[in-house]
Parts: sequence; structure tokens; C-alpha cells
Amino acid sequence: MAEQSRAEIQFHNIDRQREADRLGMLVFLASEIMLFGGVFLAAFSLRMLSPDEYVSASSHMKLWHGTANTAILLASSMLAALAVEMASSSNPKWAGRCLWSAVGLGIVFLGVKAHEYYLDYLDGKLPGAANAHFSSEFEQLFSNFYFTATGLHALHVTGGLALLSTAALRRSARHDCHAILIGNAALYWHLVDIVWIFLYPTIYLAGASA
Amino acid sequence: MTAAAIDTEREPEDIERTSYLRAGYSLRSWLLTTDHKRIAILYLISITFFFAIAAVAAALIRLELVTPEGDLLSHEGYNRAFSIHGIMMVWFFLIPSIPNTIGNFMIPLMIGARDLAFPRLNLLSWYIFMVAGLFALFVVLAGGVDTGWTFYTPLTTMYANGAVVATVLAVFISGFSTILTGLNFIVTIHKLRAPGMTWSRLPLFIWSHYAVSIIFVLATPVLAITLLLLAAERIFGIGVFDPSLGGDPLLFQHLFWFYSHPAVYIMVLPAMGVVSELVTSGAHKKIFGYWFVAYASIAIAVIAFLVWGHHMFVAGQSVLASTVFSFLSIAVAVPSAIKVYNWTATLYKGDIALDAPLLYAMGFIGLFVVGGLTGLMLAMLAIDVHVHDTYFVVAHFHYIMVGGSVAAFFGALHYWWPKMTGRLYNEVLGRIAALLMIIGFNLTFFPQFLLGYEGMPRRYHVYPPEFQVLHIFSTAGAGMLGVAYLMPMFYLLWSLRFGKRAPANPWGATGLEWTTSSPPPKHNFTEQPVVIREPYDYHLAHPRSRENG
Repeated sequence: MAEQSRAEIQFHNIDRQREADRLGMLVFLASEIMLFGGVFLAAFSLRMLSPDEYVSASSHMKLWHGTANTAILLASSMLAALAVEMASSSNPKWAGRCLWSAVGLGIVFLGVKAHEYYLDYLDGKLPGAANAHFSSEFEQLFSNFYFTATGLHALHVTGGLALLSTAALRRSARHDCHAILIGNAALYWHLVDIVWIFLYPTIYLAGASA
Repeated sequence: MTAAAIDTEREPEDIERTSYLRAGYSLRSWLLTTDHKRIAILYLISITFFFAIAAVAAALIRLELVTPEGDLLSHEGYNRAFSIHGIMMVWFFLIPSIPNTIGNFMIPLMIGARDLAFPRLNLLSWYIFMVAGLFALFVVLAGGVDTGWTFYTPLTTMYANGAVVATVLAVFISGFSTILTGLNFIVTIHKLRAPGMTWSRLPLFIWSHYAVSIIFVLATPVLAITLLLLAAERIFGIGVFDPSLGGDPLLFQHLFWFYSHPAVYIMVLPAMGVVSELVTSGAHKKIFGYWFVAYASIAIAVIAFLVWGHHMFVAGQSVLASTVFSFLSIAVAVPSAIKVYNWTATLYKGDIALDAPLLYAMGFIGLFVVGGLTGLMLAMLAIDVHVHDTYFVVAHFHYIMVGGSVAAFFGALHYWWPKMTGRLYNEVLGRIAALLMIIGFNLTFFPQFLLGYEGMPRRYHVYPPEFQVLHIFSTAGAGMLGVAYLMPMFYLLWSLRFGKRAPANPWGATGLEWTTSSPPPKHNFTEQPVVIREPYDYHLAHPRSRENG
């Protein structure tokens, strides 16, 4: 795969194939950004329509869960970046270790998220659940948005973990000094990270001072 | 067993020369193929099927409208007929029509590549499209939906009847097929051009597909997230559009049109690329103003993202926003007009052969001008408020989508048919069908401009009797149009068995796709082509002139 010396039949040479693989991932990331763009537009229009209710609804979010997850995901992203560096400096063993650590932190992120969802459920903040109760209509709307946005993000985290694990499992990927597969997996992981970096203030920090 | 495994008996050079149609005959060799040409054929068959469903719905609509009373369909039945018509036509025929069939087939051939950059991804796109198509088919069999193709909230989320979630899911899934196709085209055009195929030598068909791929990749995900929120609201009561919770139904319209206006250009940009090829080949003349036509495609793709608000002039948008959107919408006329002028200038003093492809192309130009000019009228705030949601709007977008895009699709199908199948179709029948389509189209949709201007609203099946005469004209035209669409289906299929074998370059056209055999071998070219000439260099003495082609 990544370490193959011969290009697939449609490419003129292996370098062209590497460039194509990277470009393909970048174009895909552009499309992912537009997907989340819609989510953020929804959040901003909610805030513009009802600024005070938005801040008050946000203040009920579990700030420490969100903050911890931000730190975890940033650290994981750094490990993914390190894996790329390790692979390109022909250090496959450490590339693998970095990737698995990044995967581990990603799983921790999902665990924290699941715990937060569980606490939300106990608080009656899960729309549609039997015990759901909201202090205002807007709080329900915000809660809807929160679950949709973070749920979609968690889905992307899961996809990213699958991609990172694939890269870590493939011997050929770890030994590829061009770090094509690892690089693409890391790029995707950075996107997941960046989306969270924007979700964090949108959801948690908006009401942190209230 | 793969397609190649069948050929193990033969010499490698022999395999390279065998036509892609003969590289395996089993169903499996088609369904598991990664050959862009075979995938294009798979798409062609699938979209023809969806086109037929949408056409039946259109026939029901037109038959119902023959009389002012609602005697053929119930209110609900009529709503479902136009919803199925719109949803099928937009997402399962028009959007994939030219890019996924002609584009999939021709892009690698035109740039001198052996395949698309990601052949397996290409096959995956088709499977995703088919899963979406099955959902859509389920919707049709389950009795349809009554939301219209625009899915406006809160109608869709709270009041609509029918298989709303399945419909939304179908469109949502088909979006991923579109995104992957766009991604594949962009990477292919960047990385797989033959030596010497510089950006300034790219056929204009490629430029317009590059532009449309940008829209595929950047606009479709916005539709995806919108439909996801919509489905969540419908299923779980979760969502951000529900006005009873303080949500904003207008937000849905903003998000929907942010995709769906660019989607209009998804439908017309590939058609423009086709027309550039058809006009230069039909006139045997270099394109007038290559760079203007190329950049006009990019300009249309960019402006496409900035005009969505013109669908919401009467939806409670601020006057300032409407004015800005009105101005930006008018700006689209500039690159569009550049293209029309340049095609016309290309035809001027050309060595014109009025074959079916050029007839379709000239039909496109004429109908596109009418559609474009009425689009300018609709971009004006005052006129739009008057004719909003009337048949004027219906006529306008059908001139662009059907008169423009479908005519170009048929033109492209005729023009590249010899290349795709290795057979020549019956030119006389081709010309008759083309003329019939242009006449039938105008008879169908021109009366609708008059109807709309007089105040006939869209999506009503009971109407005041004074509109009946124009509706009868329109229905008669639709019958003609139906015949014009059915004709090619017969003579093109007939040509597969009985048509004369096509030479490599039956039109005497320039372009790399005409340098390889018809139909092309499995990997398109037996030798890597090298480009040394400018595009459309018809002014030079071309080795294969029209006469001996």
C-alpha cells in the first residue's frame, strides 16, 4: 500500500500518486468543514435571535467536561502530528506508539463525552427522554442543538479513530517515510480537533461567566 | 474473477487493445468494475430509470392540468406527483446526469489519463447513489411525499404526510455520492493530466467540470447537515427550525438554498461545458475567447454561493439583504452572457454541419437565453414579488434545467455515442428528435410564462377556467416533448445492434478522446498521449477532415 514502489495504473509515477492521495484528503476536509459550517450557522443564528437565553442555557453545560475534553483532544492531535514526524524520520516503532496513544486519548474523549451525556440524562436534559424537563423553551432548543452538534462530532471522532487505527495497524504505513496514510489520518484527526475547538466556546464558554 | 482475469490467455498488448466493452462479459465484471467508462454506463442506465419515473409524474401533472377542475388526482395526489417529479428530477437525474455519465466517461479520456484518480471511490459513489435511489424508489412505492422538492419547514417537520424521513434520507445519501465524485474529479484534473496538457490546453468541458466539482464538494455537505437537522426534528422532535420552541424556520430556507441555488449551477455548468465542445466541433472552429469561457465557469461557481437569498425575497428577509442578493443575482448574468456571446461568435463564419449534437447545442443556447433573461427579471425585487410562486418561476427554471441541461445532456449523448459504444446512430432520426424537442419544449413552457404573469400560482391543480387554453397548449407540448425523449431511446439502442461501426473520430473533432479507438480500450490509450497543440486548433489543417471521417 503506502510503501509500494509502483504506482497504480492510472498514475504516471508514485510521486504523482502520493500527491493525489494528499490532495484527495484535503478536498474531503474542505467538504467536512462546510458540513460543520451549517452547524455553526445554526448556533450563531440561535444566539442572534435570543442572546440572553443562549447565554443562560449555555451556563448549564458541564464546563469541566468540555474543558477536559478540549485538553485531551489537543494532546491527541499533537501525538498524531508527532506520529507523522516519526514516520517521516524513519522511526516506525515510535510512529506506531504515537498513533496508539492518540487513539487512546480519543477513546478517553469519547468516555468523557458519554459520562457527560449520562449526567445530562440524569438532569433531564436529554430531549425525547421520559424524564426530560426544561426550564424554558429555548433551553430545550439549545439542548437539541447541543446533542445534534456534539453527536455529529462524536461520530467524526469515531471515524477518525478508525482511520488512526488503520494507519497504526498497517506495517507498510508505519514504514512509509512519505507518511501518506499516517499523514492523511492525522490531517483528518486535526479537523476533528479544530471542529471541537470551535464547538467548545460555542457551547460551553458562551455562558461560562454567567 | 476480475475483468482482467478472463483475459489471462491473451497477450498483454492484446488486452491493452481490447475495447472496454469486451474486457469481460459477466454481470460481475460490470458490477465490480473500477473502469470509469463502465461506471459511466452504470450511471447512464440508473439515471434513465429515474428519469422515467420523474417523467411519469410530470405526465400526471400535465394531464391533471388539462381541465380547471381536479378530476384526475386528489389534492394530496397532486402534491405527491409534483414532489416526486421534483425530487427525482433534481437529485436522481439532473445533478448526476452530465457529470456522472458523460463526465465520468470523458474526463480521463479528454486529459489523456487511464482512469480517474480513485477508481474504487468512483465505484463506491455509484453504489451510494444506488442505495439512495432504492430509498427514493421505496418512497415512490410507499405513496410518496407531499413536501415539494424544497422540504420547507415547518410543513416538512410537523404537518407533511407520507414518507418524509425516507425521502430526506435518500437525498442525504445521494449527497455523499456527489461529494465523492467531485473530489475524484478535482484530484484527477489536478494530478492526471497527460504530459503537455497544461491548464491552458484543457478542453472547456474539463473547466466546467472543475467548477462544478468545487460546488459538489463545498455546497453538498451544507445540504447534508440541513437534512440531518430536518430528519432529527421529524423523528425525535430535535431540531433548530421549530418555531414553537423559538427556533427559526427561515434558517432552514437559508441553509437549503445555500446548497440548492448552487445546485442549479451544478445542473447547468456541465451543460455549458458540453455546449462548448459541441459548438466548436459543429462549427469546426476554434473557440472564441477560450479564457473568457473558462473563467466564466469558475466565476459562476463562485457567485453561485452568494445568491441564495433571491429565493427568499418574500420570506421576511430584510430589504437590505434582498437588495444585496438581487444585485449579486444580476451579476450572474455577466459570465453567463459571456458564454453565450462566445459560443455565437464561435459559430460565426464557421464550417457548420447541422448534425443532431449541434442542433441540441443551438437549442440549448436559445432556451438558455430565454431562461437567463427571465432569470434577470426574477432577480429584480419588484418583479419577483409580483410573480413569486407562480408559473413564471416554473417556466423560468424549466428553461434552464430542462431546455438547457436536458438538451445538453441529449446533445452530449449523441455527440459521444460513437465513442462510448463504437456505433453510429441514425443521423436523420437524431435531427428530427432534436427539432421535436426544441419545438415541444417551447410549446410546453412558453405558455407557462404567460400563465404565471397572469397570476396562475404554482402547485395548484384547481384553477380559474380562463387559464385553461394555455394549460392545454402546455400539456400538448409535453406530449411532443415525451415523444422527443422516447425517440433517442429507441434509435440509440437500435444502433447498438444494427448501427454502423464508428471510426475513431467520426466528427473530425480535436480533443484527445478522439485519438483513441471507438470504443476506447480498457485503459483508454495504448500509448501515453502527449499534447503539443492548443485546444480546438481547427484552423490548422486537421489530419482527419469531416469528409473522410
